[in-house]
Amino acid sequence: MSKGTESAAIWTVRGLVKHYPAGRTRLRRRSADAPGAAPVRANDGIDLDVRRGEIFGLLGPNGAGKSTLVRQLTGLLRPDAGSITLLGHDLVAHPERAARLIGYLGQESTALDELTVALAAETTGRLRGLAPGTARAERDAVLDELGLTDIAQRPLKRLSGGQRRLACFAAALVGERPVLVLDEPTTGMDPVARRAVWAAVDRRRAERGTTVLLVTHNVIEAETVLDRVAVIDRGKVIACDTPAGLKAMVDGEVRLDLVWRDEPPLELPEITALREQAETAGRRWTLRLPQDRARAVVASVTAGEAFAALDDFTLATPSLEDVYLALGGSQKGLVKA
Amino acid sequence: MRGPVPDAAPLAPRTRLWPGLCAVYRAQLSRAKVARIPLLFVATFQSIGIMILMRGVVATGSDAARAVVSGSSVLVVAFVALNLLAQYFGQLRASGGLDHYATLPVPAASVVLGAAAAYASFTLPGTVVTAAVGCVLFHLPLGGLWVLGAVVPLAGAALSGLGAALGLLAPRQELATLFGQLGMSAALLLGVLPAGHLPGVVGFARDALPSTYGVEAFARTFGGSPDWAAVLGDLSVCAAVGVVSLAVATWAYRRAAYR
Repeated sequence: MSKGTESAAIWTVRGLVKHYPAGRTRLRRRSADAPGAAPVRANDGIDLDVRRGEIFGLLGPNGAGKSTLVRQLTGLLRPDAGSITLLGHDLVAHPERAARLIGYLGQESTALDELTVALAAETTGRLRGLAPGTARAERDAVLDELGLTDIAQRPLKRLSGGQRRLACFAAALVGERPVLVLDEPTTGMDPVARRAVWAAVDRRRAERGTTVLLVTHNVIEAETVLDRVAVIDRGKVIACDTPAGLKAMVDGEVRLDLVWRDEPPLELPEITALREQAETAGRRWTLRLPQDRARAVVASVTAGEAFAALDDFTLATPSLEDVYLALGGSQKGLVKA
Repeated sequence: MRGPVPDAAPLAPRTRLWPGLCAVYRAQLSRAKVARIPLLFVATFQSIGIMILMRGVVATGSDAARAVVSGSSVLVVAFVALNLLAQYFGQLRASGGLDHYATLPVPAASVVLGAAAAYASFTLPGTVVTAAVGCVLFHLPLGGLWVLGAVVPLAGAALSGLGAALGLLAPRQELATLFGQLGMSAALLLGVLPAGHLPGVVGFARDALPSTYGVEAFARTFGGSPDWAAVLGDLSVCAAVGVVSLAVATWAYRRAAYR
């Protein structure tokens, strides 16, 4: 999207709040008087502006509040407070209108699992209000576009996870909508299927100006396909910008990964000092450092005894994960794949 | 700034009740073909097994024999429409599968009625086989089997409505399964045993169970000159329970899908 000609927001969210009662099951009754029984704020004052024709991302680890937010944006869940306006329609007052504006791909395929790929797509089109002939024609076109024609007669439950996901994506596309909401659309997909998904999204965007809201916890995907991204943590938007704009926030930092052959040489004082700052995962240490400090660390670990203990090291420019962590994100849960 | 925006985007049309219902029915029926045929065999064999057991204690051609054959046949409907549908909706609700339907502009009634109709009609072959085997076993005339054409849809409506409501209202999936199983067990115990042999309180429970009226309607038609008014009365009870339970199930679906 070119700067200066940014189109107006078609989807505006203001002050969205959603609580869940603490311990929603029987535990609630038992612990009603317990001090820790305060309700959980799944969404805590969320503001968003999604513009026409953009791929807007919601990035955050599992449990950050993305799903709760999406359920409210798609009319499935009523917010406790706040407003949601999509294409001029108030979705808080009229949640049922969401289904007439949005094509939704959820995370679960259980409603379609026992259908064949063709019938899943056709039925979804019929339930989106298409006439029988139109639903069949759109089904054929979408299955062809996504390369699913060969497996059209197979039930979803007999497909691999990635193929099943692609079949559900096909169902989401039958019956055109101006807005697509895709919740982790490429989970389990191989690179060919992923390319098919993004090509289909791009085509709709170019030809029809379709707007896409993408939910993801995959950093690499977020960096490559999104126009703008809102980073969600503990129910709040902690940043919202283009991926490049967000990365500029941590421009001065680089990420250094050290992988030790065996045990790290903790007898060396400079290594002991590094350990304090490192995030460790098995034999891998991840450090986020200012550039000059990183250079100094590389110099010290690639010399002498430390180098003998070192298996591998990589120096990389910051990713959205680094942005997330720099903004105070609650660690873990973002995927680099 | 709130309120209606003058240049709001046009909304895609709503799916109307009947086309939506037909689409769900067709999809559910194809699903049943893939996933439910083994279970239909189980349901049929269970009913035939019960009749074989009862053959030892019930005289052929008697009123009790009619009750056993009729009860065992309607049990197939209870197994599939009540038990399996309760499990299906319980599982759909627990897994988040309802979101798929809830994010499509389809009336709740289309989804519930379409699924219920598919499960009910799926029981027809099993019911007919069970009834035919029962008639042969207990030396009853086969000529009255056509009445199953009315008994299965109406008892099916009542039991599938009950199954769908139980599945959608149960707070947890395991409870949906449990309620479905209990409903089917009640239909088995109270439907198959001849009413005259049951103690008073159990007799009331039998009267409260909608499947009973399907059983009675079917049982009445084995006689030489059936009391058609009574048959019609029994079937009307099934239809009324069907209307109420399907309405409750539709309400339960909305409650489960949009929170």
